[in-house]
Amino acid sequence: MSVSPVDLPIPKDGKLKGSIELADQGLSKAGRVKRRLTSRRATFAALIIAVLWTTPTFGLLVSSFRPAEAIRETGWWTFFSNPALTLDNYQDVLLSSSQSSPQLGAYFMNSLAIAIPATIFPLVIASMAAYAFAWIKFRGSGWIFIVVFALQIVPLQMALIPLLQVFGTILRPGQEFLHDIIPSIPEQNYLPIWIAHTIFALPLAIFLLHNFITEIPGEVIEAARVDGASHMQVFIRIVLPLALPAIASFAIFQFLWVWNDLLVALIFSGGTQDAAPLTQRLAELTGTRGQDWQRLTAAAFVSLIVPLIVFFGLQRYFVRGLLAGSTKG
Amino acid sequence: MTTADLIGKIVQVAGGLAIFAAVIGLILFIVDKAPKRSRDYFQLAAFIGPALILLVGGLIYPAIRTTSLAFFNRTGDPVGFENFIWAFTQPDAVRTLVNTVIWVVLVPTVSTAIGLAYAVFIDKSRGEKFFKALVFMPMAISFVGAGIIWKFVYDYKSQGRDQIGLLNAVVVAFGGDPVQWLQTGPLNTFLLIAVMVWIQTGFAMVVLSAAIKGVPTEQIEAAQLDGTNAWQRFRNVTIPGIRGSLVVVVTTISIATLKVFDIVRTMTAGNFDTSVVANEMYTQAFRANEPGRGAALAVILFILVLPIVIYNVRVLRSQKEIR
Repeated sequence: MSVSPVDLPIPKDGKLKGSIELADQGLSKAGRVKRRLTSRRATFAALIIAVLWTTPTFGLLVSSFRPAEAIRETGWWTFFSNPALTLDNYQDVLLSSSQSSPQLGAYFMNSLAIAIPATIFPLVIASMAAYAFAWIKFRGSGWIFIVVFALQIVPLQMALIPLLQVFGTILRPGQEFLHDIIPSIPEQNYLPIWIAHTIFALPLAIFLLHNFITEIPGEVIEAARVDGASHMQVFIRIVLPLALPAIASFAIFQFLWVWNDLLVALIFSGGTQDAAPLTQRLAELTGTRGQDWQRLTAAAFVSLIVPLIVFFGLQRYFVRGLLAGSTKG
Repeated sequence: MTTADLIGKIVQVAGGLAIFAAVIGLILFIVDKAPKRSRDYFQLAAFIGPALILLVGGLIYPAIRTTSLAFFNRTGDPVGFENFIWAFTQPDAVRTLVNTVIWVVLVPTVSTAIGLAYAVFIDKSRGEKFFKALVFMPMAISFVGAGIIWKFVYDYKSQGRDQIGLLNAVVVAFGGDPVQWLQTGPLNTFLLIAVMVWIQTGFAMVVLSAAIKGVPTEQIEAAQLDGTNAWQRFRNVTIPGIRGSLVVVVTTISIATLKVFDIVRTMTAGNFDTSVVANEMYTQAFRANEPGRGAALAVILFILVLPIVIYNVRVLRSQKEIR
C-alpha cells in the first residue's frame, strides 16, 4: 500500500488547486479547448449518476408528506402536477397511541439509548488497548496486534449463536435480579446489545486508533516518561488530547453503524418496545404491514433523520475516518 | 411509551455509563498506585486486559464454538460433515451459495467502477463537494431504510392500474407490461445487488477521490506534455498512482458484501431464490431451529473471507517492517 495518510490532500486542498490553475495557464489554447470538451461530457455523465443516486431517496421524502390515499394509488412524481401536502403520516407514526400505529417514539428512544453507550464503550476500551500496542513494549505485542486485526474479518454471524448462549447463562439472571429490585428497569434491557456492539467494534477501533496513536512523535512520550509520568498519566494528558480527531471520526462511524444495525438488534434486543431499536421496528413494518405505505414512508424518514443530520453536520470528520481506515489497511 | 418507561430508559443509560466510567476509573487508579516493582505489568494488564477479555470471550471463543457446532445436528448428535454436504447439495442451499458468489463478484466491481468514474468526472469541477455529498449520502442510510426507499422503485401493481413503483412506471410509459420485479428470478437478485451498489458507490467514490488528488500533479503534467489524451493519462498515470486505494476499496466492499444481510432480509426475506449465505444462516439458526446448518453456513462464510484476511495481514506486516 503505497498511499500513506500524510499524502492525503484533504487539508492542503487549496494548495493543490492553486498548482493546477498554474498548470492550466501553461497549456496551449487547443489543449484547453479539448480539455473543456471532454469535461463537458464528463459533467453530463456525472449529472446522470447524481440524479440516479438521489432520486430514490427524494421519492421517499416526497411520499412521506402525501396523504395515505394518494400514496397507494399514484406514483410520487404525480405530486408535482397535483400537490397535496400533509403531516398526518408523521403524526400517525410518532404520536398516535392506537394499537395499530407503529408508536415509533419508544423505538426512537431505544435507538438513542443503544447507540450512545455502544459508541462510548468501545472507544474507551479500544483507545486504551491501542495505546498499549503502540507505546508499551511487551513480548508478543506484534503478534497479538495482528490477531486483533484479523478478528476484524470474522463474520459477525459466526459469533452470534454462542454469544447469545453466553449471555443467556451469565447476563440473564443478573437482569432478572435487577428487574426485581427496580421494577422500572425492564427484564429485557440494553446490556446485551451494548456488549455485543462493543465487542464487534473493537478490532476495527483498535486498529484505526493504533495507526493514529503510533504517529504521535516518540520524543513527546519518552520525555514525559523520563520525567516520571506513569503510562496512565501519559495516556490521559498527552495521548488522548492528541488522538482526539481520530477518536471523533471513529465515534461518528461507530454511531452510524450502531444506529443502522439490524442483525445484532434482531438477535440481542428481544424485539419488544423495551429495547428494540428503530431499524428492527421498520423491518417488522415492512414485513407485516407491507401495504401501509404511508406509515412506512414516514417511519423510514424518522429513522433516516438522525444519521442524515450526523452525516451532513460532521461529514468532514466522517470522511477523514473512512480515509484513515482505508488508505492504511 | 409512558413517562415511567422513558425515565426507566434514561436511568438505564445514565447508570450504564456511570458504572462503566467508575470501573475504568478504578482500574486506572489502582494501577497508578500499584507497587513500583511490578508496576509495568499491572499497567499493561489494565490497558490491554479489557479489550482482550472481550475479544476472547466475544469473538474468539464464539467463533470456535460455532465451528464445532457445525458438526452437530439439531438434537445435538455429531453428524460429521452432513451439514456441509447439505449446504453444497440441497438445491436451495446451493442457490444461496451461487447468489453469494454473484453478489461478491458484482457489487465490488460495479460500485468501484462507478465510484471511480464519478470521482474522476467531478474532480476539480465546480460544486465538487455538493456532488460528492449526493452520491455519498446513501452510506449514512440504514440498509433497512434503503430497503424501504427501493420498494418505491420496484413496486408492482397489476396491469391497467397506476403504477406507484418508479421502474414499472417507466416501463409502462414506454408501452411495456409491468413486471413483478422482486418475484422474478434471477432478475430479482440483480435488483437487490443494485441497492447494495447504490450504497457502496459513495464509499468507493470518496476514498478514490482522495487518492486521485494524491497523485502528484507533476506526473500528470509530464504526461500532458508528452501529448497523451485524457484516457491515456487516466489509464497510465492515475490508475497506477491509486492502485493501493483501489485494492483497499475492493476488499472492503467485498467483505461488506459477503456479510450482507439486511437488504435481503427486508426486501424479499430471502424468498424467490434471492437468499444469500448471511441471510440463510440467520434463517436456519434462528427461524428453522437448525443451529448446526446455520453454523456450517457461518463457517463457509468465514472460509470465503479468509483469503482477504491473509492478504490484509501480509500487507499489514510489510507496513510494520517499514516502520
